[in-house]
Amino acid sequence: MAAVSKAVVTVIGFDRKGIIAQVSGVLFECGINILEISQTIVDGMFNMLMIVDLSEPTCSFEELQDRLSELASAISVQIRIQKIEIFEAMHQI
Amino acid sequence: MIQSDQILQTLHMIDEEKLDVRTITMGISLFNCVCDDSRRLAARVYSRIVRQAENLVKVGEEIEREFGVLIVNKRIAVTPVSLITGAINDPLVIARALDRAAHETGVDFIGGYSALVQKGMTEADRRLILSIPQALSETDLLCSSVNLASTRSGIDMDAVRLCGESIKTLAERTKAKDGLGCAKLVIFANAVEDNPFMAGAFHGPGEGDCSVSVGVSGPGVVKRALEAVKGESFDVVAETIKKTAFRITRVGQLVAMEASRRLNVPFGIVDLSLAPTPAVGDSVAHILEEMGLEKCGTHGSTAALALLNDAVKKGGVMASSHVGGLSGAFIPLSEDIGMIEAAACGALTLDKLEAMTCVCSVGLDMIAVPGDTSASTISAIIADEAAIGVVNNKTTAVRIIPAPEKKVGDFVEFGGLLGRAPVIPVHPFSSEVFIARGGHIPAPLHSLRN
Repeated sequence: MAAVSKAVVTVIGFDRKGIIAQVSGVLFECGINILEISQTIVDGMFNMLMIVDLSEPTCSFEELQDRLSELASAISVQIRIQKIEIFEAMHQI
Repeated sequence: MIQSDQILQTLHMIDEEKLDVRTITMGISLFNCVCDDSRRLAARVYSRIVRQAENLVKVGEEIEREFGVLIVNKRIAVTPVSLITGAINDPLVIARALDRAAHETGVDFIGGYSALVQKGMTEADRRLILSIPQALSETDLLCSSVNLASTRSGIDMDAVRLCGESIKTLAERTKAKDGLGCAKLVIFANAVEDNPFMAGAFHGPGEGDCSVSVGVSGPGVVKRALEAVKGESFDVVAETIKKTAFRITRVGQLVAMEASRRLNVPFGIVDLSLAPTPAVGDSVAHILEEMGLEKCGTHGSTAALALLNDAVKKGGVMASSHVGGLSGAFIPLSEDIGMIEAAACGALTLDKLEAMTCVCSVGLDMIAVPGDTSASTISAIIADEAAIGVVNNKTTAVRIIPAPEKKVGDFVEFGGLLGRAPVIPVHPFSSEVFIARGGHIPAPLHSLRN
């Protein structure tokens, strides 16, 4: 695992029950702490951003990514996890 | 703290506007391989590359996955091969070793089958240039380049003649693929030593043992940003491009630093480039059209490109600690959907492209001309382009494909990043006697400039 400790999780798709619960469930099982959540629903489109702490993971980043992808196909939404540096690099000097 | 609208903007750039990192290129010096036995030299070159670049592809893929940004190519650039083959007779053994090493490491291309002959040719340089057609037609991933002119030393017209002939032979040897071999050969003036882009990448003799450099991309992002300032003055256009180029380059810098750390190899440079692809929404020509030109190639195109090229550099320069390479806007014909459309409808001609190369970052790139174009005409095109580079103190290049058995209006198809191109006309009048003179065009005077 690299020294980087935060990542951004984005979830986009049609709204349905339990999206947050299921995504948080996977994160919890992987030892990932949620630091911030913001969520909007516009015309039935669910859009969630989470900033999470990766400093004490119980699995590799790759495994976490694979588990989130499995969940994404199971509940038909798009889930992405990206290390936060790409956003900071682009928007902060 | 990062804001949610900034996160969404980044995701939009990656998903919709095709922001990507075009390449991570590892430069590897081969000077420590030199010996006078060709088999031993080839074995040393192979093992040096395979050892040094062992993890390049793996690390590239890791970075891609963790940051969620596509890294299109992983490449290797090596010391110009003519500099390490002075004591052996046949540089082709090294061409094969390089190609094998590229396959073994899993990279997309390997560059550096090159010679630097701006002032004159050694016997090794001559052998290498003559071997290019065979080298590129018998390998898959090897790229080649020749630097035959510079502002300090003028233009080597013997090399210009030789390169025109090599390009013709190479096209014939790769006839089954529309002359594809020529897409892997670049003829430079004022070549830079740290260019991460193919086909012209090589690891210059002034570089260290090894370094990693990154070439960024992102014409789609610039086009989309300009759509938001329709009708505004050029001051606003320039500022918008600068800000966008800054953001694109920051991604390149991040990727370069990560690659350097993980590979334990010094960071070379970030090349601040707008490199198009044939995909819709990834075109430099469409940026020029967004500025208000009906078609790329019409009057105003040179000015639009000059503004774009300059603003990309200005925006990018502050975003990276080490800037280098070719840094600017690329205008390859076959690799840019807008350029392809403009050439196919006659808006963009070879002469206008030549004018545009005075202000872009490279030169006449990926241009298909009729198969019956003579070697001397190709040499004369190279000489013109070299003269532009030499007099204006900039890098210029020619990557031209005399497509066998094709006529004006036909299309050549290369596929992938290399795209497709309409065959465009060259002037019908001969340059034969001009090219036959040989010798050297002296370096230009750099005072009394008008």
